[in-house]
Amino acid sequence: MDFLTNPLNLVIFFPLLGVLALLLMPSGKKDLLRWTAFLASLLTFGISIWVLTLFKSTDANLQLGLNIPWIQVAGWNINYATGVDGLSILLVLLTAFLSPISILSTWTAVEERVKDFMIFFLLLEVGMMGVFLAQDLFLFYIFWEFTLVPMYFLIGIWGGPQRIYAAVKFFLYTMAGSILMLIAVLWLGINQNSFSVPDLIARSGSIPADIQMWLFLAFAAAFAIKVPMWPLHSWLPDAHVQAPTAGSVILAGVLLKMGTYGFLRFNLPLFPQAAIKAAPWMAGLAVIGIIYGALVSYSQKDVKKLVAYSSVSHLGFVMLGLFALNPMGIQGGILQMINHGLSTGALFLLVGMIYERRHTREMDAFGGLWKVMPVYATLMLIVSLSSMGLPGLNGFVGEFTILLGAFGSQAIGSPWFAGVAAVGVILAAIYILYMFQKMFLGPLDKEENKKLKDLNWREIATLVPLLVFIFWIGLYPKPFFALMAPAVDNLVKIIQTASLALH
Amino acid sequence: MENSGLFFNLVPLIVFLPTVGLLINIIFGGRMSEKAIGTVASAASGLAFIVSLLLGYSLLASGSEAHVVPFAEWIKIGNLDIPWNFRVDTLSVTMMLVVSGVGTLIHIYAIGYMHEDVRFKDDVKRYGRFFVFLNLFIAMMMILVSGDSYLMLFVGWEGVGLCSFLLIGFWFEMDTLARPSWANSNAAKKAFIANRVGDFGFLLAAFTMFWYFGSLQFSEVFLKAEEVAASQPGVIMVITLFMLIGVTGKSAQIPLYVWLPDAMAGPTPVSALIHAATMVTAGVYLVTRSWALFSLVPDAQYVVALVGAITALFAATIAVGQYDIKKVLAYSTISQLGFMVAAVGMGAYVAGMFHLIAHAFFKALLFLSAGSIILGMERGHHHLANHGHADEHHEEVFDPGDMRNMGGLRKQMPVTFWLYMIGSLALAGIFPFAGFWSKDEILLDAAKNYSVVYVLLTIAAFLTAFYMGRQIWMVFFGKSRHAAAEHAQESPKVITVPLMVLAGASILGGALNLPYLHSLGQWLEHTIELAAEHGEEIRGYLSISWGGLNPVVALVSTLLALLAIGLSWLLYGRKPLQVGQIDPLKKMLGPLYTAFEKKYWVDEIYGALIINRYVDLARFLAEKVDWNFWHDWLHDSVIARFFRWFTKFLANPIDLGIIDAISNGLATLTKRSSTALRQLQNGFVRSYALSVLLGAVLILGYLLFK
Repeated sequence: MDFLTNPLNLVIFFPLLGVLALLLMPSGKKDLLRWTAFLASLLTFGISIWVLTLFKSTDANLQLGLNIPWIQVAGWNINYATGVDGLSILLVLLTAFLSPISILSTWTAVEERVKDFMIFFLLLEVGMMGVFLAQDLFLFYIFWEFTLVPMYFLIGIWGGPQRIYAAVKFFLYTMAGSILMLIAVLWLGINQNSFSVPDLIARSGSIPADIQMWLFLAFAAAFAIKVPMWPLHSWLPDAHVQAPTAGSVILAGVLLKMGTYGFLRFNLPLFPQAAIKAAPWMAGLAVIGIIYGALVSYSQKDVKKLVAYSSVSHLGFVMLGLFALNPMGIQGGILQMINHGLSTGALFLLVGMIYERRHTREMDAFGGLWKVMPVYATLMLIVSLSSMGLPGLNGFVGEFTILLGAFGSQAIGSPWFAGVAAVGVILAAIYILYMFQKMFLGPLDKEENKKLKDLNWREIATLVPLLVFIFWIGLYPKPFFALMAPAVDNLVKIIQTASLALH
Repeated sequence: MENSGLFFNLVPLIVFLPTVGLLINIIFGGRMSEKAIGTVASAASGLAFIVSLLLGYSLLASGSEAHVVPFAEWIKIGNLDIPWNFRVDTLSVTMMLVVSGVGTLIHIYAIGYMHEDVRFKDDVKRYGRFFVFLNLFIAMMMILVSGDSYLMLFVGWEGVGLCSFLLIGFWFEMDTLARPSWANSNAAKKAFIANRVGDFGFLLAAFTMFWYFGSLQFSEVFLKAEEVAASQPGVIMVITLFMLIGVTGKSAQIPLYVWLPDAMAGPTPVSALIHAATMVTAGVYLVTRSWALFSLVPDAQYVVALVGAITALFAATIAVGQYDIKKVLAYSTISQLGFMVAAVGMGAYVAGMFHLIAHAFFKALLFLSAGSIILGMERGHHHLANHGHADEHHEEVFDPGDMRNMGGLRKQMPVTFWLYMIGSLALAGIFPFAGFWSKDEILLDAAKNYSVVYVLLTIAAFLTAFYMGRQIWMVFFGKSRHAAAEHAQESPKVITVPLMVLAGASILGGALNLPYLHSLGQWLEHTIELAAEHGEEIRGYLSISWGGLNPVVALVSTLLALLAIGLSWLLYGRKPLQVGQIDPLKKMLGPLYTAFEKKYWVDEIYGALIINRYVDLARFLAEKVDWNFWHDWLHDSVIARFFRWFTKFLANPIDLGIIDAISNGLATLTKRSSTALRQLQNGFVRSYALSVLLGAVLILGYLLFK
């Protein structure tokens, strides 16, 4: 009974109830299916809020979890271990928050095989929650791999014309990294005699430095592909452009964060010495990603692709912050994960809305939309500004703290990284304003655009919750930082200890 | 601290009153009349002005020392603590008064101006949006000038940049002549991006500051300034020079000034408020605010002064060669901002602030009068159209702002004419108008310190008087060169009355800081330690006049101004320009004049050297590197082939048939229809799962039994 009523288990597995309900329903009743899935995800969000109320933000340790022996054969200690702390609480909330919003966005966009779509979507939610809450490496790996399956189908069945290519590429690409991670997981499990994350952190000092580096790299391979860090981003434009809107929202909003979260949860505390040594290199790749992603975004003709590449740039900021290895950088990095989920999620929703109306995403097909769709234009403007880091909106708080942290980071070792990354602030303005101008400003000269309808209430309702947080984090980020601060301080302490041992 | 009966705690209202105004107009604007919308917005700004007056009174009543009013926590991580505090001191209150004072007048003016503008442009519904943006601008500008830290200043700094973008692109679907075009939105984008380049400099200054000072709060930074200067001599130099990049962006100095002339695409009240009187002076404010840093690095000060002086002269020469009435004023603004930047660069903070205030009066007056002229011309043009004038059919696009279409307007628009005269005389620095006093103080300081700066500024001042003279003769004297000018009509009171207030301020503004009384200096002294007080040894080698008057400097500049006006009369007044006639100066100066006219081709040069290169690089990366090489070749050919081999290796013993489907290549998969997928899915993923499992088992087995 404990297992079923555990709040974290509820938040992980509640969507399965939705799946069960959906299975019992006839596939023809689309609205019933939609409402059921929406309700299931909404209740999951409610449970996540309940978890938040139970969560003690002053406590740096893992909370609310379970630790039950699970697979104990041949000297293996695999436990069903879960727990939430400051590193993951916001990501859990983000996942629970974005899921109902994404489902709401499919109301008219997904008309075929609604039942299957909703089932896969809820299964995906289970997987994502599991990834953020698992505290046993084996369990984590299972959830990690599990998320691939529903996402593969979401892209492959409901995607664009090149969906199969994109789905297979997404699958195989992510796999490639995961296998390396699996080897490292097994090495740890055997040699450290535990799969439990806290245990492994406590024992991390006993790993010889060179092996630590190899393990670090094996984990990094899986996570860097997921983030994606430059130059491992090649799967991203395909997956994003082909995925249905809801898939893109979740892909950008949550799945990419699994990569950055992996670095935060595993690479930094499990292999702190390797992390310190790798910091300048990781920061270097992050900075290249920031600049490269921004440049490549600017040259896109398809607005969805532009947004997809902008993720490479934005996630570069997150990685730069994490590998600053100081409180400012890491807290900024975590906040920026959330910010990116909100802003880029909203951007994909907005792109989906115009695609539903015009069946094209070529920016050249638009122009002057502000005249016919003022509400749409205003919302797009706010989200765009958030994405380019305007003070007062969420993106700025994250970017500023990341850059400030990285600028003086000892681990990175030089202000040049942050200095060059700050150029990304200019480049972001260039590609985002270019996109905004192409679509919304200029003359309204295409006949097809002159009769476009502005957003309806359902569409506004999907965006408003995102906007609330875009403003909230921008104006008053304190509660968000407060949730993560003790856990981050703890993490920084682990790294500092390792740093002392290193010198 | 005895604060009862004082109003310091009201300071958040200067931000929130305009915010309330814009919220009212967003929520109820759709159901309100134009008058009501304009009144709400003007009242919001006007009330902010009253609050600013109360704050000024409170300062005077309490000894004029700075007050910090805590308001909210913002960003706090570890030792990074950036609250949103308001700073009420003589400098910030001065800026608040200018922003809300001039701002309110311009709001009132805009009630009349936009009423006509939205009708000429045929989109009446956009009226309310204008006032929302205008109120937002006031709120952001207030955050900028009242923030107590560099980061709060930056919040406002970027916020006003956004408002500038929105308002330049207010008529985003057309160009300045209301033809369908990308021109206005290009101008808006250009302004935002050029400013972002400046913001990049600002951010780096802030980062450096934080890591060496441990804070971004003004008081803490200034307190530590000398200590840091002693231990890390280069740091303050770096910070101030990065700030200078920000200044060149926001205050339109070389090399980032290029956005400001294009910004004239915005409606005229915007040009007056944002792009002449207030926002563009933010850079001057930043340097003045950071006096404690700049005063420690004379070399950086010299660079700032030089950038300002060169910009002042450079822009003045371009202004001489322009035909668009607003373009002349735009280059004039860049030039005058150059004067201010040069002043604060030299450490003449009071002179710089004095000129900032005086300039806000007379340049707002000039822009708004120019707007009145343009509306007058439009009315004339409309009159022609309505009365089926013969010219109408073979007329090309009519440009109401082109001075070559004007002429003789003093008869049709007498009120505007006199207002424009006052503004021009003040700008030209003629005694006793405001500009005379403020410009003279800058020249005097320059003469004492840097002769190069003095010479550059004096020539610029000469040219200022010349181009204003040229404008007056071309616009108001001679005969109409276009039928629209003949039928031009005077503007209504809602437009001319705010102008009269500004005209009064332009006449009397000099009284703010008369020589030897130096009231402004005494007021600002509570915030800025003036060099004269401190002794020259401590604050470098600069000696600042502290509001003196040197008869030689004053005489030279006055004589030069009169000479320039006389010269302009010889060229444009004695024999007025005829329709189609080439500018007489062009005959005299030849290619040099062409260079002025073409703005030294700076836009073209930037386009060829920077913008096109950027576009090429982005395209090369996106198409060749990222797509052709990385995506198509490496992944689809090299890696995909490896994967086919790898999966085959993993799954060989299990399920040959299905794996073969992958082995056939991703290319064939791509072409399959969704029905094919349905058959594939089950098999494919199951086989995948199997292969992962098998792989895991193999590895496990190896590890266990090795």
